[in-house]
Amino acid sequence: MKNIKSQISIVFHLDKCIGCHTCSIACKNVWTDRKGAEYMWWNNVETKPGTGYPHKWEDQDAYKGGWEKKGDSVRLKGAGKAKGLKTLFHNTHLPTMDNYYEPWTYQYSKLLDAPEGDDQPTAEPISMITGEKITPKAGPNWDDDLGGSPEYARNDVNMKDLSPAEQETMFQLERMVMFYVPRICNHCLNPACVAACPSGAIYKRGEDGIVLVNQEVCRGWRMCVTACPYKKVYFNWHTGKSEKCILCYPRIETDQAPACMHSCVGRIRYLGVMLYDADRLEEMASCNEKDLQKKQLDIYLDPNDPEVIREAKECGIADSSIQAAQKSPVYKYVKEWGIALPLHPEFRTLPSLFYVPPLLPAMAQKNENDHYHTASSYLWEDMDNSRLPLQYLASLFSAGNTGTIRNVLKKLMSVRMHRRAVTVGDLDRNEVDKALLESGLTAEVADDIYRLTSLAKLRDRFVIPPAHREEAIEMLEETHERKGNTGFGFTKKPNRGL
Amino acid sequence: MSWIKDMISPKARNWEEFYRNRWQHDKIVRSTHGVNCTGGCSWNIHVKDGIVVWESQALDYPLLENSLPHYEPRGCQRGISFSWYLYSPVRVKYPMVRGALIDMFREEKEKAGDAMEAWKNIQQNPEKRKRYQKARGKGGFRRISWDEALEVIGVANIYTAKKYGPDRVVGFSPIPAMSMMSFAAGSRFLQLFGGVHLSFYDWYCDLPNSFPEIWGEQTDVGESADWYNAKFVAVMGANLGMTRTPDVHFFSESRHNGTKTVVFSPDFSMVAKYADQWVPLHAGQDGAFWMAVTHVILKEAHHENQVPYFIEYTKKYTDSPYLVELKQEDGNYTPGKLLRANRIDKYADIENGDWKFLNIDADTDEFICPPGSSGHRWQDKKGSWNLRYKDGETGEGYNPLLTLIDKNDEVLQVEFTHFEQNKKVKRGVPVRYLKTKKGKVAYTTVYDLIMGQYGVARGMAGDYPEDFTDTDRAYTPGWQEIFTGISGGTVLQFAREWCRTAEATRGKCMVIIGAGINHWYHSNLMYRAATMSLMLTGCIGVNGGGMNHYVGQEKLAPVDSWSAIMSGKDWKNPPRFQQSPIWHYMHSNQWRYDGNQADYNSVPKNDFSSQHSADLIAKSVRNGWMPFFPQYNKNTFDIAEEAKKAGATGDKGIQDYIIGQLKSGELKYSVNNPDAEENFPRVWYIWRGNALMSSAKGHEYFLKHYLGTHHNEIADEVAKEFVKEIEWKEEAPQGKMDLVVDLNFRMDTSALYSDIVLPAASWYEKADLNSTDMHSFIHPLAAAIPPVWESKTDWEIFREIARVTSEVAKVHLPGSTLDIVNVPINHDSRGEIAQTEIKDWMAGECEPVPGKTMHNIVRVERDYTQLYNKFTSLGDNVRNGLGAHGTSFNCEDYYDQLLANKPHVNTIGDRSYPSIKEDVQAIDAVLRLSSLTNGKLSERAYEAMEKNTGLNLSKLRPRNDESNCTYNDLLAQPRRLLNSPIWSGLMENGRAYSAYSLNIEHLVPWRTLTGRQHFYLDHDGYISFGEHLPTYKPSPRPEMYGDLRKTIKEGRAKLLNVLTPHGKWHIHSTYGDTLRMLTLSRGMEPCWLNEKDAEDLGVKDNDWVEVLNDNGVYCTRACVSSRIPPGICIVYHSPERTYSVPKSPSRGNRRAGGHNSLTRVHLKPNLLVGGYGQFTFGMNYWGPVGVNRDTFIYVQKMDEVKF
Repeated sequence: MKNIKSQISIVFHLDKCIGCHTCSIACKNVWTDRKGAEYMWWNNVETKPGTGYPHKWEDQDAYKGGWEKKGDSVRLKGAGKAKGLKTLFHNTHLPTMDNYYEPWTYQYSKLLDAPEGDDQPTAEPISMITGEKITPKAGPNWDDDLGGSPEYARNDVNMKDLSPAEQETMFQLERMVMFYVPRICNHCLNPACVAACPSGAIYKRGEDGIVLVNQEVCRGWRMCVTACPYKKVYFNWHTGKSEKCILCYPRIETDQAPACMHSCVGRIRYLGVMLYDADRLEEMASCNEKDLQKKQLDIYLDPNDPEVIREAKECGIADSSIQAAQKSPVYKYVKEWGIALPLHPEFRTLPSLFYVPPLLPAMAQKNENDHYHTASSYLWEDMDNSRLPLQYLASLFSAGNTGTIRNVLKKLMSVRMHRRAVTVGDLDRNEVDKALLESGLTAEVADDIYRLTSLAKLRDRFVIPPAHREEAIEMLEETHERKGNTGFGFTKKPNRGL
Repeated sequence: MSWIKDMISPKARNWEEFYRNRWQHDKIVRSTHGVNCTGGCSWNIHVKDGIVVWESQALDYPLLENSLPHYEPRGCQRGISFSWYLYSPVRVKYPMVRGALIDMFREEKEKAGDAMEAWKNIQQNPEKRKRYQKARGKGGFRRISWDEALEVIGVANIYTAKKYGPDRVVGFSPIPAMSMMSFAAGSRFLQLFGGVHLSFYDWYCDLPNSFPEIWGEQTDVGESADWYNAKFVAVMGANLGMTRTPDVHFFSESRHNGTKTVVFSPDFSMVAKYADQWVPLHAGQDGAFWMAVTHVILKEAHHENQVPYFIEYTKKYTDSPYLVELKQEDGNYTPGKLLRANRIDKYADIENGDWKFLNIDADTDEFICPPGSSGHRWQDKKGSWNLRYKDGETGEGYNPLLTLIDKNDEVLQVEFTHFEQNKKVKRGVPVRYLKTKKGKVAYTTVYDLIMGQYGVARGMAGDYPEDFTDTDRAYTPGWQEIFTGISGGTVLQFAREWCRTAEATRGKCMVIIGAGINHWYHSNLMYRAATMSLMLTGCIGVNGGGMNHYVGQEKLAPVDSWSAIMSGKDWKNPPRFQQSPIWHYMHSNQWRYDGNQADYNSVPKNDFSSQHSADLIAKSVRNGWMPFFPQYNKNTFDIAEEAKKAGATGDKGIQDYIIGQLKSGELKYSVNNPDAEENFPRVWYIWRGNALMSSAKGHEYFLKHYLGTHHNEIADEVAKEFVKEIEWKEEAPQGKMDLVVDLNFRMDTSALYSDIVLPAASWYEKADLNSTDMHSFIHPLAAAIPPVWESKTDWEIFREIARVTSEVAKVHLPGSTLDIVNVPINHDSRGEIAQTEIKDWMAGECEPVPGKTMHNIVRVERDYTQLYNKFTSLGDNVRNGLGAHGTSFNCEDYYDQLLANKPHVNTIGDRSYPSIKEDVQAIDAVLRLSSLTNGKLSERAYEAMEKNTGLNLSKLRPRNDESNCTYNDLLAQPRRLLNSPIWSGLMENGRAYSAYSLNIEHLVPWRTLTGRQHFYLDHDGYISFGEHLPTYKPSPRPEMYGDLRKTIKEGRAKLLNVLTPHGKWHIHSTYGDTLRMLTLSRGMEPCWLNEKDAEDLGVKDNDWVEVLNDNGVYCTRACVSSRIPPGICIVYHSPERTYSVPKSPSRGNRRAGGHNSLTRVHLKPNLLVGGYGQFTFGMNYWGPVGVNRDTFIYVQKMDEVKF
C-alpha cells in the first residue's frame, strides 16, 4: 500500500523566458508591497551566469542551506532542530542585509515642493532603512543582463567545475551568452524549512503540497531562512515573522493560476498536479548525488495507471485531483518526456519546480582574418558545440551530470528538426528521423512536445485541481452559514462598562 | 520523514484567511496603458477600498487561426507597475504654476484690472519675460485653481493670435494610437484655433523613410502573431525581449515549430539569447551585410540559377522591368529618370503621360504601358489602377521583360558610385536606344541597373568583382567584412539558407527591424538594403514574410473616422500640420550649430547636394514639399485684411496677392528668418509626451533657445559661412516661448520645466481607445476610478481651454476673422503628380502655381467665439464622406444615426450636431464611422477601391456587413478589427495580418509612381544625392559631425559612440522613475561600458561617470559588462533629469541632463523632396527624420559627486 499524495508542481520553460520580470512585479504588487516586506521578492528572475539574489545564494558552503546525506538518511546542513535550538539566538548563517540589498527610495517630493533656486531640483536616492542619502550599490536584480559582469557573472557559483580558462572564454564575444532563471519557492517534497522550524509553524498543505508559514504560530526564529537552500523564506522585520511564496493559494483555490504564472508573458510557465509516493521520500532524498534527478522521477506515479488511481482514492485523493493529474502538463514535461529538470537537485529537498534548459545561439569563432565567423554546414549547430558549456547547465539542473543535459537539448533540437521537416521540408527526412531516434522521441511525441511548447492555451498550461473549499469549510461550520458570514472580520463583542 | 507535516486540519489553518483577505477586491475594470510601447495590452485593473491596488493581464482576446498561438497574456514588467503612479509622490494632483510668473501676472492684473492687459504687459517687457523664463526648471511651483490657470491660458491664446497669428500657438502630443481621443482633444482644439500640431513619428526617427520610398506607405507591418508563420527570421536593431515583451513569445514559439532565427546586434542583447546564430556586426553596419546578401541572392538565385518563384514575383510586383533612361555627359553614362510613356509616339497624348511608364513585352518585344501607375491613379478615367498584366491604355495582355541581357542594342559601360571608397566604377549594362527629336537615348531596365549596382557581371565586361571573396569591389561577402567584422562565410550561409527557405515556403522569410537601425543617419539605405533581399526572394506581402519595422505605436487603426475629429476636418478647415524635425532644427536654432551636411553626408558633388540643410529647408517650404509654421513674418489675419484692402477677393485673388507680396519681398517666409521676434513660436502645449526631455533631440538647445533658462551646451555656431538663404543674426535669441503648458499625471522633466502644469487623469482614470500594429484588436482605456484629486481627462481639459478661449474672444477677438493657411502638396492627392522636376519659382525657374509648383494657399474663416461649440460638436462636413490613404466612403446615414440620438445632440444657432462633448460620445462616433469597426462602411470602402482599380474585391468585405461595436462592447472584450482597404493587410477568418497581402493577392497597386515596389528612385533629388539605387554609405565621421569641436578630452577620457536603444525598465521616460523599475535596475539609467573600455577609463562597475560632448552632459554610474563591445557605450532611452542626476563638474557644477543632452539634430536633405509620387508630404509620413545614433561622446570618471 503506497502513501500517495498530490503535489501541485510547476515547469518553467527557460528557452521561452524573456527575463522581463513581469512575474516578480505581479507577485510584489499583491503580496509584498508593504512595510517589512520591501526587500522580499517571493518571485525573482536571475541572469545566468550571475550571482543572483540574495548574492551567491547557491553557495551552501557559506549559507548552509538544504540537506546533506548521512548514511541512509539525510540531515539539515545548517540549522536543524537540534542544532537550531542550541543556536537559537545566534543563527550564524543567516543572510544579512548586505546579502540582499538596502532598499531605497527617492526624495520625489522635491520635484513639486522645492522653492525657486539657482539650479534644477532632482530626487536623490535615500535609504528606506535609515532615511539617509545613499548611492545604491546592490539590488534584487543588480547583475541583470550581465550587468557588471566582471564582478558578478564571474563569481557565479556554478562556474566551480569549469577551468579558469574555460570560465574566461565565456566572456569573449564568440562565446558570450546569457539566459534567465526565474525562481519562486519550490514547494519541496522534502522541505528543509519545515524541518528546521522550532515552532512547527511551517507545514505542507495536505491537499496540494503548498508550503506555508503560519503567521499566527511563527515566532521569528528564522531557522527556515537558513535551512532553505534557495533562500526563498524571508524575515519580515516589521511583523517579526517569516514569510514566503504561498503559491497564491487564494487564487489556486479559486481556479486561477498564481499571479506570477498568470502574468508570464513569455508563456513559459506550466502548472499541474503530480501524484507521488510519500513513503519513498527518504530513500530518494538520501541516494547518491548522481542518481538524485533520476530517482526523483521514480517517485512520481502514473496517474493513468488503474492501480495508482485505485490506491490514490484509498489515500483520500479526490477524483477531481486525479483527473487533474491525468491532464497535468508538468507530468508530461517531467516524467513522460524527461525534458524538465529540478534546480540544484543536490540540495536534496526534492523541489516541485522543474526547468526546461535553454537552447542558445550556436558557437562562433574568429577566422584567420580576425572576423567573427558563425556558419556551419547544418541549419542548426550541434549541441555538442554549445555556446554555453554543458558543465555549467549540469551544475544548475543535474547535479553535474552533463549527459542528462545533452539528452534534453538533443530532444529539444530534434523536435525543431522534425517541425522544420514538416513545415518547410528542406531537411533530409532520414536525418530528422535519426535525430528523433537518437533522442528517444517518436514523431508523435515530438508533435506533442511542440504543441504544448508552442500552442498551449491558458487551460493547457495551467491545470489546477479543484480545491473543494466547501469540504474544508464544512469541517469548521456549515458551509451555508459561511456563505452568509464570510468576510465579516470585524465582529468583536463590545466592551461594556468602564 | 517525520519532520514533514502535512496539514489538513482546517482549524489549525484558519489563519490562511490572512492572505485570502489581501487577495479579495471590489471590482475589476478593463483598461490599458496609453504609452508609446506598441503593446496595446488588455489589463484588468483591480479596485479595492475605492482605490486601485494592482493590475493583472486580461486573458480574453478572441482567438485567431487555431494554428497560431494565442494572444494571451499581454503586458510587461512596466505595464504591471503602472498603478504605482496613481498615488505616488510624483503625481500631479492640482494645477501648478511657476511662482515667478503667477506673481507677476497677479500684480499686473491688479494694476491693469484685466487679465489680457496683464499678459500683454509681461510679454512686452523684456525684463519681466526674462525673469520667469530664467526660473524655468528651477523649482518654485505653486498650486493654483483651475480657474486661474485657465485664465492665463485663455488670454495667452488670444493675445498670441491677435498679435502674431494663430500659427504661433503650437502643440506636441505624440503617438495618437496609444490613447487616440486624448491626442485628438488637443489637436482638435489647436486645429479649430488655427494652431500648429507638431509631428512625432519622424521627429522620433521612428518613421522608416524607406517605406514611403519603396512602397509609398508610412509604415505597414505584420502583427506579431504572423512571426509564427515565418520560417526564417532575421532580427536587427530590434531587441524583442526588451521592447516587444508581450509579443516575443510568438518568436520563441516559432523556433519550436522549426523556424531558423538569426539576430544581428553589436551587443549580446535579450533577443540574441533566442538566436540560432548571433551576428555581432559592428554598430550601424547592417547595411553592408545586407548589400552582400543581396549580391549573393542576385548571383545565385537570379542569375546562375533562376528560381521561378523569385523571378515571377520580381517581374510582377516590383519596378524591376521598368525602363530607365541613361544620362550621358561627355560620353559618361549614368542612370537617370524612368522612361515616361509619353516619350514614345504610341502613348504621346495619353492622360498624365508624364506619370506613366514603360515596360517591354517579352512576347512581342514592343513597348507597353503597365497599368497601376500614379498617372492611372489620378486620371479621370478610373479602373486601370491595378497590377494586371494588361496595358493600362490599350488593355492588351503582356509579359514584362526583366532584362535586356539577351536582346539589346549594345552593352554600355555605366558609371556607378561606391561611396565607401569614394570612387566611381564602370560596369557593363545592356541597353537599347530610343530615337527622340534630340537624338537617341539609351535605356535599360531597373533590373539590369540593379545587377550592375550590386556587381553581378553576368558575362559582361567592366569593373565587376571576381568572386565572393573579392574584398575591393562592392558588394561581395568579402567586401562587407571590413565594415561589419563578420566573415564572408557567414554571409554566404545566411544568404543561401534564406533563399532555400524562401523558395520552399514561397516567401516565408522575415526581417524584424527597429530603432537600432532606424536611428542611424543613413537608416533609409540600411532598410532598403535588407528590403532588396526580401523583395528579390518574394517575401513581401506574404504571411510569414515581410519587412516588419516596429518602432513606435504608429498604427491608429480607425484612422478614417478619427482623423476627422482629430484635425477638426469635420468643420472644413485645412489643418496646420508641421513636420517637426525641420521645425525644431530651425526654431531651436540647432541649424546654427550645424556645419554643411555635405561634409558629413556622402554625396556626389553637385549644386543641389552641396547646400546647407537650412537653405534646402527654405526651398522645400516654398516649393510646397514641406510645411513650415509660422508661415510668414506677418500675422495671417493682417495679411488677409491687407489683401482685402488691396481688392483681392476669392481664393485666386488672395493667392495672387500673396505671391506678389512674396516676390516683391514685402512678405517673407518665417523659415528664412527664424530668429526674428515676429517669427517665434510663442505658446506651446505638451500633453501625453515628454517634449522637453525624451523627445527633445538637442535638449540643451531647447532649454537655451525655447525656454531661455540654464543649459549645458557649449557648441560653436558654425553655419554662418554656409547658409545663403537664411538670415543670420549675430546674437541668437534665447527664450522664444511665452508660455509652456504641460498636461501631465507625473512630474517629469517637461512638467518640471513648464510654466503651467495641469493635472491629467491617468490611464486608469479615463475613457479612450488604443490600437497598435503588434496585434489587430482595438482596446479601450477606462476609468477604474474617477480622476483623482483635481485631475481631469485630456478631453475635458482641452474642452475647458476651448471654453475659456471662446470667452476671452468674446471681448478681445469677436466675430469672424479671415485666416490664410499654407498647405504643402499632400500625399494621396493629385499633388503626387505635381512636379516632374525640381524647379524653384522664387528663382524664376518656373511660374508659381499653388498646389503645383508651390504650396497651396487656402482661406479659412475663423470665429473664436464659436471655438467651444465646434469643439463639442461633430461638424457636418462628415456628411461628405470619410476615408484615408486615398480611399473614401460615404457615411451620411451613420452621421444621421448619431443625430437621431436626441440626448446626444448639440444645437449651434438653429442647427443640430452630434455631441462629442463627452469623451465616450467621441469614442462612439469614431467606432461608428470607421471602416475598421463598422462592416457596412468597410463594404463601401471596398466598393470605392473597386471603382478606382477595376478589380473585384467583393470577397474581402466583412461577411457580417452590419458588424459594429461600441465603447461598451470593447469594455466587455477586445474586438478584432475588420478587413478594410485603407490598410494593406488582410485578416479575414482569423488570419494574421501581414502587410501588403492585399497588393500581392488582389493586385491592388502600392501608392508609388509605378504602383509597384520600388528598387529604383528616380527623383532628381535622389539622383543628386546618390540614392536612386540601393547603396551603402559610410556613417558620418565624428570629427565632421561636429559634436566634439569644443569639449576637451581630459585625463583618461575615451571617445565612444553612444547608443541609446530602448531600455528594459522604462517605456521612453515613463516608468523609469517608478520605485519598482528603479529597484529592479540600478536606481538610475547607467552608462553600459565594455570591460576593456572601463579599464582604460579607470572605471569600475557602479563608479560615477560623466558622458559628455559639446551638446551637453549626462552624469550617471557605469555598468561594466562584457556583453557590450568595445568602442560603444549604451545609455538606454530615456532617463529623466528628475531623479538621481548629480551636478556635472565639467559644466560648472550645474545639474546634468539626460541622454538627449548629448544630441543635436542632423537632417538628410534628400528626404525633403516633394510633389512627386511617393515623395509627397504627409504628416508623420514623409520628411527628414531626427536621427541620433551617430553621436559620439567622451566618457570620464567623476571623482566627486554632488547633488
